[in-house]
Amino acid sequence: MKKNKFKQNTLPALAMAGPVSLWMILFVTLPMLYIIYISFMSRGIFGDVVYEFSLDSYKTLLDSTYFKVIVKSMKAAFITTLLCILIGYPFAYYIAKQPKEVASKLIMLVMIPFWTNSLMRLNSWLLLFQTSGPVNNFLQNAGFIDSPISFVYTDGLVMIGMITNMLPFAVLPMYSSIEKLSKSLLEASADLGASRSTTFFNITLPLTFPGIFSSIILVFIPSLGIYTVTDMLGGGKVLYIGNIIKNQFGAIRNWPLGAALSVLLIVITGLLIFIYTRFAKIEDMEVV
Amino acid sequence: MSISKKRKRQRMEEFIGTTYSIAIYAILYIPVLVMMMFSFNNQRYNYYWNGFTTQWYTKLFSNSALIESLWYSVVIAVLATIISVTIGTIGALGLKKYEFRGKKFINEMLYIPIIVPEIVMAVALLVIFIKVGFALGMGSILIGHCTFCIPYAVVTIKGRISGDGYSLEEASMDLGANRIQTFINVTLPSIMPGVMSAAFLSFTLSIDDVVMSNMLAGAKNSTLPVLILSMNKSGVTPDVNALTTIMILIIVIAMVLNNLIKNALKKRKKTEETI
Repeated sequence: MKKNKFKQNTLPALAMAGPVSLWMILFVTLPMLYIIYISFMSRGIFGDVVYEFSLDSYKTLLDSTYFKVIVKSMKAAFITTLLCILIGYPFAYYIAKQPKEVASKLIMLVMIPFWTNSLMRLNSWLLLFQTSGPVNNFLQNAGFIDSPISFVYTDGLVMIGMITNMLPFAVLPMYSSIEKLSKSLLEASADLGASRSTTFFNITLPLTFPGIFSSIILVFIPSLGIYTVTDMLGGGKVLYIGNIIKNQFGAIRNWPLGAALSVLLIVITGLLIFIYTRFAKIEDMEVV
Repeated sequence: MSISKKRKRQRMEEFIGTTYSIAIYAILYIPVLVMMMFSFNNQRYNYYWNGFTTQWYTKLFSNSALIESLWYSVVIAVLATIISVTIGTIGALGLKKYEFRGKKFINEMLYIPIIVPEIVMAVALLVIFIKVGFALGMGSILIGHCTFCIPYAVVTIKGRISGDGYSLEEASMDLGANRIQTFINVTLPSIMPGVMSAAFLSFTLSIDDVVMSNMLAGAKNSTLPVLILSMNKSGVTPDVNALTTIMILIIVIAMVLNNLIKNALKKRKKTEETI
């Protein structure tokens, strides 16, 4: 009986879960382990990897140039996350309070812009804010400014790009957690004499916190590794961690240093996920 | 609080909420509308608005670099979708149905490409490919895309598998269907909506991807987004705006048709049930 069950279950299990497991081990586990390994190696004179243990790459990260970029990236990712949550929560709340039919259409409307190539959407901000662009023209014609402001390739424009690109990833998880909130709880709280702000801070906010935390993860972590926004809107003048990693594997050729920066991002990701799993299941994170 | 005052306050709140949401939608749609507007700009490079023209919608087809990269992107996106949805569908079913050693580990691995910054995944794959001597090009980009599409496919489809499907599968096998017949006739139709959204998601993720394609392209030509990224210093030309406008229109039309078909099927099912 037992043998029969083994035969009946093992073969189909292998056939079905096998390919995905193999793919994940070959193209996720192994590369990740290898990049961690390389981060502890040293760099040869010609940009090759010398397989000798060293902590040089990690020491280099503490050099002022790189450390500044890390701090700047963290700050940018933090501000992006904070603003996405603050702007996104009331928006998600408004959508979640609509009738179900309307809400699903409104969510669809949030997604549609994101089927346009993200680089082209970023390029639009450049077109709008460039020296002879519509924003400067408007400000000049209206008499607010005498000469055009140069918005292009500034931290501010990069920030606009970051926030507008990340906002939907903040809205969706918060929307689904607010939508799941039971109405009867809010009514009970009101019936017991709680004011609306008391209800919000004692019921709504704590119960939707897992959704907020998913949003934090889904905005903060990608923002930390992004290089397309800085490339498109920063014009090579604004550099984040992602740009530095990309350069180490490109023209500069310092793989151990790029690997060490990648490990830094992996560690930060792991840390945030670890905190998240303390109070919610990873399967419940709304990633899609 | 009197009722009329309460109602007034409600109306006020409704008004503020609606205005706020319209403002957010405006922020989300402005980049798309500006992108479309500048596809009609009568200028070789998009520096400022220089009058209306539709020339870019025909001229884009003679820009061979643009068309080649588009073709490259589409081929990769179609292949990535087919591979990811196939592996993702049977994988989601397998991971849901069977217990085996290491299952928890695989489930955790699936979240890595979704959560870890894409640049990290891309350079990790890059160093492995170079280490084992795998030539960079379409193959390496395809593997990169599948590596993030498969997890999304598995997660999407897994969410649609309901527990009570198993009794139907058993019934089908009891009635003499083999595993493959059961899979095609019973299991697959029940998870079809999940499979379709996984396919849509994989295709859009792949065709818009910049980071994987950029890192894994090697020295040869690459995808459309990589071409656009390389244009950022000299300025993106209006023919790219025209092409992107055509692409978004195709996607939106496909989406609307998909919804219409879905609704029609739902209605038919309902009438069948009542009969």
